[in-house]
Amino acid sequence: MNAAIATQLTTPIRVALVGNPNSGKTATFNALTGARQKVANYAGVTVERKEGQLLCPDGQRMVVIDLPGTYSLRARSPDEVVTRDAILGHLAGEVPPDVVICVADATNLRLILRLALELKAVGRPTVLALNMIDIAERQGLDIDQTQLSHALGMPVIATVATRKRGVSDLVAAVQKLAQSADAPKDHGWTEPSAMQVRSLHKQAERIVKSCVHPPRRPDTWTGRLDDVLLHPVGGVLILLAVLFVMFQAVFTGAKPVMDLISEGFGGLSAMVAQILPEGLLKSLICNGVIAGVGTVVVFLPQIMILFLFIILLEDVGYMARAAFLLDRIMGGAGLHGRAFIPLLSSFACAIPGIMATRVIDNRRDRLTTIMVAPLMTCSARIPVYTLIISAFVPARQVLGGLSLQGLVFFGLYACGMLSALAAAWVIRKVFWRSASEPFLMELPTYKVPDAANVIRSVLLRAHIFLKRAGTTILSMMVLIWFLCTVPGKPAGAAGPAIDYSYAGQIGHFIAPVMAPVGFSWQMAVALIPGMAAREVAVGALGTVYAVSGGEGAAGALGAHLAHEWSLASALAFLAWYVFAPQCASTLGVVKRETNSWLWPVVMFTYMTALAYAGAFVVYRIAVAMGAG
Amino acid sequence: MPKAPLPLTMSISLQNRPAPPDSKLVSLAEGRKGFAGMIAEVSTHGCDKDALDYRELERRLLEMGFVEGARVEILHEGFIGRDPICVRLDDMRVALRRKEARGVLVRQDTT
Repeated sequence: MNAAIATQLTTPIRVALVGNPNSGKTATFNALTGARQKVANYAGVTVERKEGQLLCPDGQRMVVIDLPGTYSLRARSPDEVVTRDAILGHLAGEVPPDVVICVADATNLRLILRLALELKAVGRPTVLALNMIDIAERQGLDIDQTQLSHALGMPVIATVATRKRGVSDLVAAVQKLAQSADAPKDHGWTEPSAMQVRSLHKQAERIVKSCVHPPRRPDTWTGRLDDVLLHPVGGVLILLAVLFVMFQAVFTGAKPVMDLISEGFGGLSAMVAQILPEGLLKSLICNGVIAGVGTVVVFLPQIMILFLFIILLEDVGYMARAAFLLDRIMGGAGLHGRAFIPLLSSFACAIPGIMATRVIDNRRDRLTTIMVAPLMTCSARIPVYTLIISAFVPARQVLGGLSLQGLVFFGLYACGMLSALAAAWVIRKVFWRSASEPFLMELPTYKVPDAANVIRSVLLRAHIFLKRAGTTILSMMVLIWFLCTVPGKPAGAAGPAIDYSYAGQIGHFIAPVMAPVGFSWQMAVALIPGMAAREVAVGALGTVYAVSGGEGAAGALGAHLAHEWSLASALAFLAWYVFAPQCASTLGVVKRETNSWLWPVVMFTYMTALAYAGAFVVYRIAVAMGAG
Repeated sequence: MPKAPLPLTMSISLQNRPAPPDSKLVSLAEGRKGFAGMIAEVSTHGCDKDALDYRELERRLLEMGFVEGARVEILHEGFIGRDPICVRLDDMRVALRRKEARGVLVRQDTT
C-alpha cells in the first residue's frame, strides 16, 4: 500500500486536453493548471507545446498538456498532426497520456461527440468536459448527462472553465479513470474513410437527439450581430473601423511607452558608462548588451497591444468573421483571410506582425505570410525615408496642391504593400501551387471574453517573445556591435573608427558589388550596422560620414548627403530600403516562429535579391534620365 | 467502426423532407442568400480542379458537419462576387467558399 502511494507521488498522471477550436480548451487548461505553465516547441515543428501541472487534493501530481484544437484525429495541419500523434503516443520523446479530457462546448455538441467517439475507438480513457454549461443553462438547453455518459461510455462532467466551476469534479473523474483503467490499450488507428466519417457522425447525431433537448431560449444575439457585422457594406465598414483602431493603437498607442523604454535604456547605458573604465568592456556593455536588451524590450508594448486586440477579437468570435469578410481580397494574392491582421500589424513593425501569423492554421499559408510581412512598410523605415526625401526631393507642390515629398512617401508605402502582395502571389501560385487550402471555418457564437484569460494569454505572448525571440535578437545585436567595434581604430589614424572595424572591411569588400546600384563605399559600410534595425541606418550614415549629432541632427546629415550623393544614388538607397531585410530582429523572430534557420535564410536571400534588383533598376533609370 | 442501424436519422429526414423524391437537387454553391434545404448528397467528384484531392475535400466537408440529412441555410454572402458564403448548418454557423460548396447537393425547401 505504501509502495503504491509512493509510486502515485512519483509518477504523475498525464492528461491531454483535446477539443474543437473555440470550445474553451485554453480556459480549461488555465483553470486546471493556473500559473504553473510552460511553453516550448514540439521537436522539429512550429507547433507550441503547452504543459502545466497541478496537485490533486490527495497529493497526486497531474501533468496537463493543452493540444491544438481539432475536429478530428484525421489531421489536416501540423497542429492537428501533433494532436493526433500525442494521443496515439506516436510522438517522439513524448509519453502518451493516461487520460484524455475532451473539452466540449455544451451549446454545440455534434462535432465534438464525433471526436469523442473517435477517441474512444482508439482506446484512450476519456472524460468529456461539458464546458460553458452556464451558457447552455441560460439558453434552456437540457442535456441529460447520465444518458450522455451512458451513450458515450465515458464520464461526463459539466464545467464552466472561466469560473472554475466543476474543475475539482473534473480532476476527481480523471483520477478515478486513471486508477481504474488498465494501461491504455492501443487499438491502433487508421484514417477513417468518408463512409466511416458519415457513420460516426450519424452515431453522434443519434446521441445528440437522445440526450439533448433543444434550447428553449436559443441564442439570438449571434444572428442579430452577424446581420450587421457580416453585412456586405456595413460589415466591411465596421471591419475597417476595427482595423483602424487596432492599427492606431499599435502604431501610436505604443509610442510613448517605447520612447520611455528607449530613454530608460539610453540613461542606463550613460550611467554605466560613467562607472566603467574606458575600453572594450565598457563598449560591449553599453553599446552591445544594454543597447541590445533595449532593442528587445522596446518591441514589447507593440506586441502586447497587438496581441491584446488579437486575443480579444479571437475570444469574442470576431476573428473568424474578419477572415470571412477579407477572404476574397486576400485570396486574390493567394493568402488566407486571416493574413490581413499580421500584414496590417507589419505596418507598425514586422516583429509583432510575424508573431501574429499564429492566427493562420495552415502551415504554408502561415509561412507565406511570414515571408512577405517584412515587405510592408514598417515604422522603422520612416526615419530613413524622411532623411532621404527631405534631403533630395524638393518641397514642391505638384498636381494642384499635393506635396511632392508626401507623394514620394506614399509611393514608397504603396511599393511595399504591392510588393508584399505580389511576393505572396508568386509564392502561392508559382512555388506552392498544389496546396490551395479550402476555406472552411466554423463561425463561433459571440461570447463575452474572460478578462483573466485574456490577460494571461497576452502575458504569455510577451513572455514567449522575451524568452525565445529575445535571446536570438540580443545575440545578433552583440554580434553587430562586435563587427562595428573590433578591431579598434589605430592610434592617430584618420577617419571614423567604424572604417577600421570588421564592418568597415565587409563594407569595403561588398562596395564593388554595390557600385552598379549607385552605392558608394560609405553607403555599403552603413548597411552593416544598419542590420541592427532600419532606423539605425540614419545614425550609421552619420557615423561613416563623421557627421556628429546622430539621429537628432538629421538636418545636418541630410545637407551633407545632398552634397555627397547623386539623386540617382539617393533614389536607389530608398528602393533598397523598401525591400532589403535590414533588420536582424525580424530574422530572429522568423527563426523563432518557424523553429528553423532555413526560413530566415530564405527570407534574407530573397529580400536582398529584390532590394538589389529594385535599387539597380531605379538607379539605372534615374541615371538614364540624367539624375546621375 | 460498429455497423450502426440508422432508424432515427432516416425517420427524421423522411418527416422533414418537404419535396417529392424526384425533385431536383441544387448545389449549395448556386444558392443565394435565403436558400435553404436539406443536404441530400455530399459528392465532390471532379469538384475542385485547383488542388485539394476530392476525397479529402469530401471528408473535410463531412467533418465540418456537411452530412446527408443536415439542414443548411445561406445566411450571408461575401461582398465580392457573393463569395464566400456563411451558412447555418444544423445549429452551427460555417463559412466556406462557393468553390468548396459545389459538392454539397441540397434538396431545396419548397416554400
